Amino acid sequence: MSAAGLSATRPSSGLTATLQHARHVITENPVTGLAFALFLLLVMTAILGPSLVPYDPLATDSSASLRPPSARHWFGTDQLGRDIFSRVVVATRLDMIIAVTSVAVVFAAGGLAGIAAGYFGGWTDRIVGRLADTIMAFPLFVLAMGIVAALGNTVTNIVIATAVVNFPLYARLARAEANIRRDAGFVMAARLSGNTDLRILLFHIMPNILPIMVVQMSLTMGYAILNAAGLSFIGLGVRPPTPEWGIMVAEGAAGIISGEWWVALFPGLTLMGAVFCFNLLGDGVRDIVDPQRRT
Amino acid sequence: MRVARQIGQRLVTALPSVAGVIVVTFLLTRILPGDTAAYFAGPAATPAAIEEIRARLGLDQPLPVQFLHYVGDLARGDFGASLTTGQPVLADITARLPASAELVLVALVLAVAIAVPLGIVAALKERSMIDHACRVVATAGVSLPVFFTGLLLVYVFYYILGWAPSPLGRLDVFASAPPTASGFFLIDTLLAGDVETFRATLAQLALPAATLAIFALAPIARMTRGAMLSVLGSDFVRTARAAGLSPGTVVMGYAFRNAVLPVITTLGMVFSFLLGASVLVEKVFAWPGIGSYAVEALIASDYAPVQGFVLVMAVLYLLLNLCIDILYGLIDPRVRIDA
Repeated sequence: MSAAGLSATRPSSGLTATLQHARHVITENPVTGLAFALFLLLVMTAILGPSLVPYDPLATDSSASLRPPSARHWFGTDQLGRDIFSRVVVATRLDMIIAVTSVAVVFAAGGLAGIAAGYFGGWTDRIVGRLADTIMAFPLFVLAMGIVAALGNTVTNIVIATAVVNFPLYARLARAEANIRRDAGFVMAARLSGNTDLRILLFHIMPNILPIMVVQMSLTMGYAILNAAGLSFIGLGVRPPTPEWGIMVAEGAAGIISGEWWVALFPGLTLMGAVFCFNLLGDGVRDIVDPQRRT
Repeated sequence: MRVARQIGQRLVTALPSVAGVIVVTFLLTRILPGDTAAYFAGPAATPAAIEEIRARLGLDQPLPVQFLHYVGDLARGDFGASLTTGQPVLADITARLPASAELVLVALVLAVAIAVPLGIVAALKERSMIDHACRVVATAGVSLPVFFTGLLLVYVFYYILGWAPSPLGRLDVFASAPPTASGFFLIDTLLAGDVETFRATLAQLALPAATLAIFALAPIARMTRGAMLSVLGSDFVRTARAAGLSPGTVVMGYAFRNAVLPVITTLGMVFSFLLGASVLVEKVFAWPGIGSYAVEALIASDYAPVQGFVLVMAVLYLLLNLCIDILYGLIDPRVRIDA
């Protein structure tokens, strides 16, 4: 009997079992492992990036404009002679902050609204449902454009717009999950022992549907980044010279037809890699927290 | 007769969505940053002039009254005027809508033509190379920023290979547009018998349509594969096979006909994505559609076109969902359209 076989038979506490399972999921499928590694890299870049880059991302140098990639400038330089590598690295923080904040906002708002709708039913349910339906009646990116146009052209409003267009997804999921559990034994027991509705919602139903919601979060992260980058590509939210992937691709768009491919390519590839990472990560996270739904 | 009544009933169920869309676009016009009247009056306006404009725009009225005025304006087809073009927004949008519609529809047809066979083959040969390829395409497709794909295609096919014409609009600057019949250049050129312009139109359309199609491929292929897999595992397919029907009849006549319903449902969602993504693609390819119109207006802080654009897009999307539901009822008589 090998050591692995022994440890598998040993009863383990909840946390260690989860960690073991997580390690198993990450190591079993190399793609999932890669996604987690990329995610760590993204997080580290977002935290440490600005203090590691070789050049000031805003410093222009007209004598070195539009240089192709070289040992001095790994990703080349743009029209104003700014180092693209430094700009791509520094942009990670802003893009990640936009994605994480918008997903966190919609998680809180959509999740709570959905739970309340599923638990109380009746008018709460009808109002939340109608709200979700109305948002879904728009092509989502178009609605996001309209919201940013109406609220004002700022990064905060990009976060709000991204959160709003994701609202139906979260609200419906939370509603369905809460609805199944509203008459479950543990909820009835909690009600019988005198807990208020609010307490039941927050401390009895919420923890039970948290895993599914977390999976949803990691799956929508990629979409959130794409949405934000798309908005800044058409000139919304992030203003030049702030480095951000979408706006950097927009700045490099003109160079594509005259052969300066590197200005748009590197921020575009990074954006693509980040979204790809989040999409794979979503599947991995689902395998960890919700093993029944493995595909 | 029955179908007509069902369609009528389905139209009625769409009314709340239409109402919701109108309320949202109204709210979007009323939460503009700053004072709308001051904005329209311009920076040099006196307080009295601002008040006058406020009264003329009806902004001194209570919100419900303003809403009624707004609905009345919409009913008369008055979407306001664009500050940049000086034209009524509705006229601008109707002039530019065919360009967008042509782009999105060609992309949708292209995506379906590639994704559905791909999904069917992937399901028939589960866990084969084609199946894995299908999965990679599906995951990569949803990860690609559509504006970046467009630029990559331009670089490869225009700059390096020189196959595609320059990515600047629907037609070469030297070519003249065909006489307008449908507004779709592909159809209009054929009607005019102008094969050369037809070819030029097709060349201009190829890259933007391919960009959108790559984006739309993924969900359609994945849904086709999933639907085919579940149908192929069902009893009636096994019976058909056991009865000795040819594989072609089983797959296309029995399995696919049943798998097509969830695929059509997915098309609705795909269309929502396509309408959004078309804005970005129009910007990349300088396509003179309503998306680039809205983007230009946004950058110039010209709000009426943006609101008109959002409303028109939402209405288009609602109409398409209606068509899908009706199609659904026609394909599957068990489905009641008003459900």
